[in-house]
Order: sequence, then C-alpha cells, then structure tokens
Amino acid sequence: MIPPLEQVREMLSAGAAKSSLLVEREEAVAVAQFLKTDPQLQLDFCSCVTAVDYIKQDCIEVVYHLYSVALKHGPVALKVRAPRALEQCRMPSLTPVWRGCEYQEREAFDLYGVKFDGHPDLRRILMWDEFVDHPMRKDYVPPMDYEWEPTPHAETLARAKQTGGTVPASALEAKK
Amino acid sequence: MAVDPNLKSELQKQGIFVMPVEFLYNWSRKSSLWPIQFGLACCAIEMIAAAAARHDMARFGAEVFRASPRQADLMIVSGTVTKKMAPQVVRLYNQMPEPKYVIAMGACAISGGPFKDGYNVLKGVDRYIPVDIHIPGCPPRPEALLHALMTLQEKISKQHLNEVSWYDKNAPSEFPVPQYGAHDLEPPANPKVWEPPKK
Repeated sequence: MIPPLEQVREMLSAGAAKSSLLVEREEAVAVAQFLKTDPQLQLDFCSCVTAVDYIKQDCIEVVYHLYSVALKHGPVALKVRAPRALEQCRMPSLTPVWRGCEYQEREAFDLYGVKFDGHPDLRRILMWDEFVDHPMRKDYVPPMDYEWEPTPHAETLARAKQTGGTVPASALEAKK
Repeated sequence: MAVDPNLKSELQKQGIFVMPVEFLYNWSRKSSLWPIQFGLACCAIEMIAAAAARHDMARFGAEVFRASPRQADLMIVSGTVTKKMAPQVVRLYNQMPEPKYVIAMGACAISGGPFKDGYNVLKGVDRYIPVDIHIPGCPPRPEALLHALMTLQEKISKQHLNEVSWYDKNAPSEFPVPQYGAHDLEPPANPKVWEPPKK
C-alpha cells in the first residue's frame, strides 16, 4: 500500500523530487493522474519508460521517469511491478495519462513481454511481428548464428565454444 | 586480339582508336556507377561526407545517388543490417537491374561488427547477397570508401563479357528473401552465397 496521496506530495516536495515511488498495479493509474494534475507536483512530462527484469524476485518492474516542465523539477521514478510469467505479466497502461508513453510502452512490451491494458496500439516496435521471444528478459537465449571468434563477452565465448561457433549445418540443410 | 603498340599509336595519331569491345563496355560501366540512395546507420554519414564537396565522389563518376533501385548499379550497404531490415535489403538488391555491384561498408555490414552478439543484428550482409568489396572500419573514413570505389572500378575493368554472370541464363539473378521466423530469420543464411567457415 502506498501512503495517502497528500503524503506522497509532501514526500516528493521535501525530497526535492529525486524520489521514486513503487506502486501496486491497481493503483498505478490513480497515482499517475494525481502526479500529473496535482498543482504542487505537475509532473506533466514522462521522459522515459523502461523495464527491469528481477529474475530472482520473479518480477518485472516498469519504470517511468517523470519531470515537470511547468515547475522545472524532477525526475520522479514511478515503478510498477508485475510477475514474470507471461500470462500474468500485465499492468494498466499509462499512455492515457502521458501520451508520450505510447512507443516506450510498446518497447517494454516488445523486449520484456509486459502487456499494458488500455494501451491504444500494443504491437512490437523493434522486432518483427512473427517474433515470439522477449529478448531483454534475462532467461532469453539468442540464436547461435555467428562463426566463432574471440570476444570479450565470456558468456558468448563459452556458448560459441560449446556449439563450435558456426551456423549449425542442419539449419542450412533444412532450407536448401 | 593484341594490336602492336606501335601500330596502335600510329593509328591514334590518325584519330583511329583500336580496342576490344569489352574495354568500352567496362569503361562506360565503371565511369558512371550510380549508387542507390540508401543508408542504414552511422556509416551512411561517412558515405554522405564522401559524396559532399570535400571528398567529392563525383570525381569518380559515382555521384548520382538514385532514390530508386531500378536506376542504380551500385549498392553501398552502409551500416548495421538488423534482422528486421535484412529482407528489405535483399529485396532492394533483387530490384536493381544487372549489372549490379555491392560494397559492404564498415564493420557491421561485413560481419556484425561491435554488435555481433546482438539478437537482432545480421552477422554480415554477405550471408544473403554477393558482396564485391568489403571495407573495414568503424566507420570507415570517406577516403576508404573512395578507395573501395576505385578498387571496384579496377574489378569492373577486368570483367570479361563472356564470363559475367548476368549473361548466363543459369546464374541466379534473384536471391531468396529471408522470412521472419519465430526466433530468427529463416534461413539464417543463403547457402548458395555464403557458407560458415571451416573449423
């Protein structure tokens, strides 16, 4: 539970707006509306939406960075968490509150698999529509489609050595 | 075939030029290469610089960047080819009329470069289309692009009319466009153009 919204205002004003709020999914839209419309906060500009995969805590956290153009303060980080499992990984969209969130929520959907309820046009934005994975999730396994070469990335190196580091001949044979 | 150089020189004094037909073909092709106006990433900025006043690609007859593949002879793949973009690159190449040439510009276009580990980066455009000239660099300087252009012109002047692929009915004139798959492009490479290096 978050404290009453008046307390939130006091906290944010006192903390010179270098603060973050972790809210429940159900309350996200109400809190967002308050942050945007409250005369002392007026956080009218959402500059960044991104997500973090907390694989150990089994949750994906979407982070909104809010600024006030009117009052020249910010950022305030508004954080919302959802479970990692794809079916339950959903939360209300904040695009109706800040119109600029649209593409960035699409990006979070594309790369982390967070479904935003109420988003006007929730499609993949960077990957193609036929793609099924969410590549920024920590348990994503990328296709092994390059030849072996020394690389500073230890994990990649280990995988490359394991597979021999070339495009598997079977993959090429199948499509001849 | 060979004409005595003295005779050739004597004839030239009379205004008669003796040369093989293919010299004329190759000379006109290499002297007017029209690149397709097409940039993918930061290498495109260097390509623009090479075309602009300071480096002036017009000196080599390659300044007319065409906005349509139908009018272009040369594709300069300048930048990172993402897997999402790769089918469009192959399609554009297919739409260019023969004779056509490809310069892969920069580390990304030739191998994936610094983004080789990326899930959405094609590890070299030569997996789907035949590349004539590879330019290393990240990004290559405009001088490197001009050098690549001169190297390509040298290559063109060595073509033989009875050997070039576009007069060969059996040679592939169109290359299969990769499809978007569930995890990767399908196929991950065109085996007729590229094969993985031997271990």
